[in-house]
Amino acid sequence: MSRALWILAVLLSHWRRHPLQFATLLIGLISATALWSGVQALNAQARSSYDRAAATLGGARTATLVSPNGDHFPQQLFVDLRRAGWPVSPVVEGQVRIGGRTLRLTGIEPLSLPVEASAAPAIGTANLQGFILPPGQTLLSPDTLAALNLAEGATPQISSGGRLPPLKPQAEIAPGVLVVDIGFAQQLLGLQDQVSRLLIGSKAAASRPPLREVVGDQLKQVEPDTETDLERLTDSFHLNLTAFGLLSFLVGLFIVNSAIGLAFEQRRPMLRTLRACGASARLLNSVMVIELTLIALVAGLIGLVCGYFIAATLLPDVAASLRGLYGAQIPGELSLKPQWWLAGIAISILGALAAASASLIKAARMPVLAAAQAFAWQQAQQRWLLIQGSVALLVFTAAAGFLLLGDSLLSGFAVLAAILLGAALGLPAVLGLALALGERGATRPLMKWFWADNRLQLSGLSLALMALLLALGVNVGVGTMVESFSRTFVRWLDGRLTAEVYLNAASDAQAGEIKAWLQHRPEVTALLPGARAEVKLDNWPAEIIGFADDPTYRDNWPLLEQSRDVWDSVARGDGALISEQLSRRMKLTLGDRISVPTGNGPWPLTVAAIYADYGNPRGQIGVAYAALIARFPEVAQTRFGLRVDPAKVPALVDDLRTTFKLDNRSLADQATLKTESKRIFNRTFAVTAALNAFTLGIAGVALLTSLLTLGNSRLPQVAPLWAIGITRRKLAFIELMKTLSMAALTALLALPLGLLVAWCLIAVVNVKAFGWRLPFEVFPWELLKLLGVALLASLIAAALPILKLVRMQPARLVKVFADER
Amino acid sequence: MSASNPISRRAFAGGLLALGLGGPRALAQGFAGLGSDAGHFAPVVPGRVLTFPADHGPHPDFRIEWWYLTANLKDADGKAYGVQWTLFRQAMTPGPQRDGWANQQIWMAHAALTSAETHRYAEKFSRGGIGQAGVTAAPFRAVIDDWAMQGTDTMNVSTLSPLDVTASGADFGYRLRLTAERPLVLQGDAGYSRKSERGQASYYYSQPYFAAHGALTIDGRPIEVSGTAWMDREFSSQPLASDQTGWDWFSLHLSSGEKVMLFRLRQSDGKAYFAGNWIGLDGRSEQLAPDAIALDPIGFTETAGRKLPTRWRVRVPGHGLSIDTTPLNPNSWMGTSFPYWEGPISFGGSQTCNGYLEMTGY
Repeated sequence: MSRALWILAVLLSHWRRHPLQFATLLIGLISATALWSGVQALNAQARSSYDRAAATLGGARTATLVSPNGDHFPQQLFVDLRRAGWPVSPVVEGQVRIGGRTLRLTGIEPLSLPVEASAAPAIGTANLQGFILPPGQTLLSPDTLAALNLAEGATPQISSGGRLPPLKPQAEIAPGVLVVDIGFAQQLLGLQDQVSRLLIGSKAAASRPPLREVVGDQLKQVEPDTETDLERLTDSFHLNLTAFGLLSFLVGLFIVNSAIGLAFEQRRPMLRTLRACGASARLLNSVMVIELTLIALVAGLIGLVCGYFIAATLLPDVAASLRGLYGAQIPGELSLKPQWWLAGIAISILGALAAASASLIKAARMPVLAAAQAFAWQQAQQRWLLIQGSVALLVFTAAAGFLLLGDSLLSGFAVLAAILLGAALGLPAVLGLALALGERGATRPLMKWFWADNRLQLSGLSLALMALLLALGVNVGVGTMVESFSRTFVRWLDGRLTAEVYLNAASDAQAGEIKAWLQHRPEVTALLPGARAEVKLDNWPAEIIGFADDPTYRDNWPLLEQSRDVWDSVARGDGALISEQLSRRMKLTLGDRISVPTGNGPWPLTVAAIYADYGNPRGQIGVAYAALIARFPEVAQTRFGLRVDPAKVPALVDDLRTTFKLDNRSLADQATLKTESKRIFNRTFAVTAALNAFTLGIAGVALLTSLLTLGNSRLPQVAPLWAIGITRRKLAFIELMKTLSMAALTALLALPLGLLVAWCLIAVVNVKAFGWRLPFEVFPWELLKLLGVALLASLIAAALPILKLVRMQPARLVKVFADER
Repeated sequence: MSASNPISRRAFAGGLLALGLGGPRALAQGFAGLGSDAGHFAPVVPGRVLTFPADHGPHPDFRIEWWYLTANLKDADGKAYGVQWTLFRQAMTPGPQRDGWANQQIWMAHAALTSAETHRYAEKFSRGGIGQAGVTAAPFRAVIDDWAMQGTDTMNVSTLSPLDVTASGADFGYRLRLTAERPLVLQGDAGYSRKSERGQASYYYSQPYFAAHGALTIDGRPIEVSGTAWMDREFSSQPLASDQTGWDWFSLHLSSGEKVMLFRLRQSDGKAYFAGNWIGLDGRSEQLAPDAIALDPIGFTETAGRKLPTRWRVRVPGHGLSIDTTPLNPNSWMGTSFPYWEGPISFGGSQTCNGYLEMTGY
């Protein structure tokens, strides 16, 4: 044991002498762990809140009984089912408004609530008596409490006039949800003796009679979804994050790999000595693994802390885009489970061991008295390039295969991954070719040496250059996609937001008052009522929007495809516009029939046009307002768009606001709405962009460590040149040129790769993930900027090794001849 | 559950406790109030005359009450079974009964089926006020979900017979018809059953003369059975003293035809309060003095992580009774929200035959 400790001490002494190297190793591990676990933390946070939402709503996770038309139904059915042995629990639900904020009020019955339906343990451990008996309790998430600007115990009034039971924050409740006992909920929602649905407990009962025998056809059973709607909708978003996390992790491991490779080369004599002193290869290896594990442990912990901060920093953006895009409420405060910490440490250790495996195997196989053969691997370079090049070709073929055969988001990402991997693997071969060409073109001896030495250096640098290529490629790709998106979105927004003022009254009654009031405002040239209903098509949430037949739409609404009499058929009530998402998901084209479920049977519609509906995860159907109201009489008729003389908008908005006490959520002018939408959608990719920047930074560090590694082992190459009279300064300049030329070549290669990635994102991944396709645009100026950034990054990375060379003691250069040759 | 929890024999409020009426602190303060002051609930005082059928029905003014049936059964091959059917009511607050979900009553039910090899059980909860659970006196009907105990059209209120009883769990079920020729028996002093030296008490009457026949279902297999059954009715507002930690309760069908009810309420100071009634062949119920009863554990079983006295020496010297009881299944553990031991026993000694044993607070 003590021998092992001594060996460990000796091994660790290496790091004391090479603090910079130690730092790069740590940086690699830390950044790999930090980004990976940061992204995991974000995903976990979001997923847990979807789960909570799903559980509090009592819906998706549990089989339910609902009325076939989706309406509330008499509570007596619940009693009848219980008396027949069905383990059901009633839930009543509705929307309430508190100070202009719409919240979901859920009434549950805690005694019969199936254990598995209440992922909110708070309801179980809360004081049951206090929850059930007046004055009762309103459980809500601390976030919602804060957003309402109310204190615990407050009894806010809701729009319908009643007062909520005293508020009580419970961390387990999903944001935006108020949970009360069913008795209070029925009163507050005006649904006396009515329930919205029944949850079916999974607890096995001895026997239960068929549903039909108990309740006839008044209720139907809905099986639990394996995924919640939110999960389904946000899958793509999280897959995006995960993909970036993985990329950053891999790039981080590149650094670890090169740092460990360097340490290994430098420790060869030390290992040899230790072996000669009697340490067995087995012991030595075990201690090296232990050493690495210890380092990985420390780095992993630091990485986790950094990951935590990354996640905490990005969370507001993630939360904002999830809310903006999907309506998913994510709490703003990061809460992490112990598994997250354990997984983070594990991934750090596993990553470190994987990155070090090559070096460890080499050390294990090293003969006791082997001479230093630092560059033996370079001899095999030619063959290696060939193999790697062929693998790259294979991977590209696979990418094409995925592209042709795949039809899912996952296959989209597989295409992307294969393209990136293929490009990375092919890079050394392509660079080698370019350098060989350069060498052939060179005439002066120093130039010839320049190219030849560059080629020699290639395999040592190739990992770092691959990292750079990947980071740049992804950067170009994502940058192009984001830019395409934002331009398309702005154009599209202009077409869709045509009314000057949008308002949403608090109730149908207020809507009537507002309509009457607007009659006396001559500046209002048109009043465009709107309504929306939610349905499920093929079990996918979709919304139906009703809009008035008005030139505002006829003239401005940008359509992707349309039949000839689109507007007339919609106005007649038998035609519908459908969103691109819906058409892709349900494979609908112009002229196809769709059947929309309504309370009074299916509603057949013909697809008259397809329109882009960027950023909406739900499918959408646009129909005539009157037709929608006829089929869904219960929908709120409180939304209007107003056509107003633009100059008179501010005055009108002010008057409306003061007369009807409308807040910002209920009343907005076009400009505000546009700004708000753009802000939300800019944030959609904010996280992607941030991770992108991180990745590029890590690639820079990878390049630096690779150059440091090479810098030391390259002395034998440089020393002869110095010996024949080339100054250190000139040598340094040549070295710098070499690095920059390699980086420039890589960056140039990254441009087509990036455009390919962008195309893949726009034409494959986005379509699968979001259901819409953007026009592909190239932005040369952005590409140039990125090229500059890449060169700058390599310049900075190269600076340190170059400075070292300039300042190198001539004695060290001389020593090369004494030691190595 | 620590041994220091004051609890009722019937463990009802324990179920509520597990559901969240409070944590250990509430326990220490006296188990949802059972061991504490009865507040504004109706008091239990001596001298109240129990009247039927009215007292078969619920007494919402009192805090707690139960309809409690145990049956010792045998199948055609002589194999022994035990069946339990229990409905509890507890009022969360006193005062006039409110309608609908605002009703302050909580109902809980336990059903169990015990054989020498297995002990199966299930539990149910329900709110009052909406019709999911409840009891009516006439016609007599006690239900929760699909479990029921109800009088037939010809039920006699003074014998509470005949009754149909049914319950089922995931892996068992039973359906029994109970008949009795002899009238109900008042426990304690004419139905006033003292539970401590300090006056805690309940109203308590029984029908120990039921003959039972019907069918059990075990793993989907029907088994015809017959035997005897014993029903207890008890209601109170403060049945336990605050220092009482648990209960050992016996109902015995003696081979002579006599019936005996005995219980021991354990106190935190290690002493115990004894009570019981001797029901003679003529049906007369004689209240036994505390010092006329001796209940001593003679054998223990480790079950559900607890050490329980499952074999007892039961003596009532004044009546020449000295028997040793043996459980049909020593693992008759009710792992319900509030757990306890309840199962059929047989005995030998001065008399033979069978009965039921319940132990809480271990």
